[in-house]
Amino acid sequence: MSIRIEHLNYIYSMDSAFRKQALRDICLDIDDGEFIGLIGHTGSGKSTLIQHLNGLIRATDGKIYYNGEDIYQEGYSMTKLRSHVGLVFQYPEYQLFETTVLKDVCFGPGNLGLDAETCMERAKKALSIVGIKEKDHNKSPFELSGGQRRRAAIAGVLAMEPDVLILDEPTAGLDPRGRNDILDQIADLHSRMGITVILVSHSMEDVANYVDRIIAMNRGSVYMDGTPAEVFERYAELEKIGLAAPQVTYFMHDLQRSFPGMRADVTTVREAKDAILGWFEGGEKR
Amino acid sequence: MIRDITIGQYYPANSIIHRLDPRVKLMATVVFIVSVFLIHDLVGFLIATAALGACIWLSKVPVRYMLKGLKVIFIILIFTVLLNMMFTPGREIFRFYFIRVTWEGVILAGKTTMRLVYLIVGSTIMTLTTTPNHLTDGLEKALSPLKKLRFPVHELSMTMSIALRFIPILLEETDKIMKAQQARCADFESGNLIHRVKNLIPVLVPLFISAIRRANDLAMAMEARCYHGGAGRTKMKPLIYNRRDKIGYAVVIAYLILWIVLICVF
Repeated sequence: MSIRIEHLNYIYSMDSAFRKQALRDICLDIDDGEFIGLIGHTGSGKSTLIQHLNGLIRATDGKIYYNGEDIYQEGYSMTKLRSHVGLVFQYPEYQLFETTVLKDVCFGPGNLGLDAETCMERAKKALSIVGIKEKDHNKSPFELSGGQRRRAAIAGVLAMEPDVLILDEPTAGLDPRGRNDILDQIADLHSRMGITVILVSHSMEDVANYVDRIIAMNRGSVYMDGTPAEVFERYAELEKIGLAAPQVTYFMHDLQRSFPGMRADVTTVREAKDAILGWFEGGEKR
Repeated sequence: MIRDITIGQYYPANSIIHRLDPRVKLMATVVFIVSVFLIHDLVGFLIATAALGACIWLSKVPVRYMLKGLKVIFIILIFTVLLNMMFTPGREIFRFYFIRVTWEGVILAGKTTMRLVYLIVGSTIMTLTTTPNHLTDGLEKALSPLKKLRFPVHELSMTMSIALRFIPILLEETDKIMKAQQARCADFESGNLIHRVKNLIPVLVPLFISAIRRANDLAMAMEARCYHGGAGRTKMKPLIYNRRDKIGYAVVIAYLILWIVLICVF
């Protein structure tokens, strides 16, 4: 058991005219080693929820347990929690501040109280994971391209070697290649080092391609929770809350109408290929 | 939390004061401030209190919000009270070494405090009931005669509205950057002063960069929409007086006359 959320409520600007309930009675269990996609329309509470997971926002009501420990109990160290639960914000490249890329990545581990040598080691390791070359380590972050800066910023969180990595739209505003690079690296981290990943995304294709479990949010509550096939099967309901299924799911549903017996619970192009080939094979037998 | 800070501090409500033309509110505020300085006796004090109370009641803004503005001047208030009490010559109440507290001092301290409080609350009513944009609009219109003296009224009010518009954006940005650095275990709460200032560098550098970037983008966007200053520019929502504004002016002028009479009689 990694993270357990019990009846979490959060209200913005509690006692003013602008009060707004951002989260309503959220209950979730997130196990070690899961790869989760968090989807929801803008303002559905995704960002608020993930900020609770590493203690940046304190819930108005409810409990969060990390490895069985209540994070709101007295004396629980937020620094310790944040070293275990790494959070990469949207557009993280705007948070770079140091004179060199390497120094910036060292900032996180440095705050954990590690000595300079260990920081350096971890920073270099993190930069190599995200694919930033040695020759760029001593450049100013502002000399890098947008995509590289984004990766350097992600490395800044990876260098703290978290057990849970949360990314808030890590691919927003990147070109297709930059997008695939980053997602592949994250998937690689997940499979090689077994870290838990929570990916917030607006791209249903990305979510379908990478994650094992989808949590869909609507107006501050959990609306659906299941495997991509289970969640996207209910695409009509998703559309009602401003979401959709991957295009290939729609395509397969259309295809099913003309070719009865075709499997339509498909969320990726690869699965679609298998379904179509499978249908033809089944057809020979028919 | 940072997003709770409200500068420009507009409090949305549907009241007659909210709907008044900003120019009326500006004039009323000026008249009220002048009248506060004319208070010399109990009658004047009661009149000013009644006027202020009526405005607060009409504005439908909780009194709590009105008094929030006083927090800022709390230290100044304490200083005025202490200094006035201690250093005003007159009949002595008691003496403690070199400190003499006098009757005159206590009265003066009371008056000054009351004036400061009324001053702040009076102008807070205006900022609470008028959106910043409305306010700069009103200022621009009210100052427009200065254009004849080649005073850049429009440019000034545009600068002001942009500055006001950017305050919440930059606050939000600060909040975001602080959180991002906190996610990397940055610590803004402990340590001595020098340490704390040093800890702010990871926030200030990205904040300045983003402010400059935003300013650049805004300038570009304004140029793209052919902005070229105030000459010949019309407004989407021009300020036009209607009946309640005229009544508002009448009330303000009546209040002013009341004061003139009061001064002449006493």
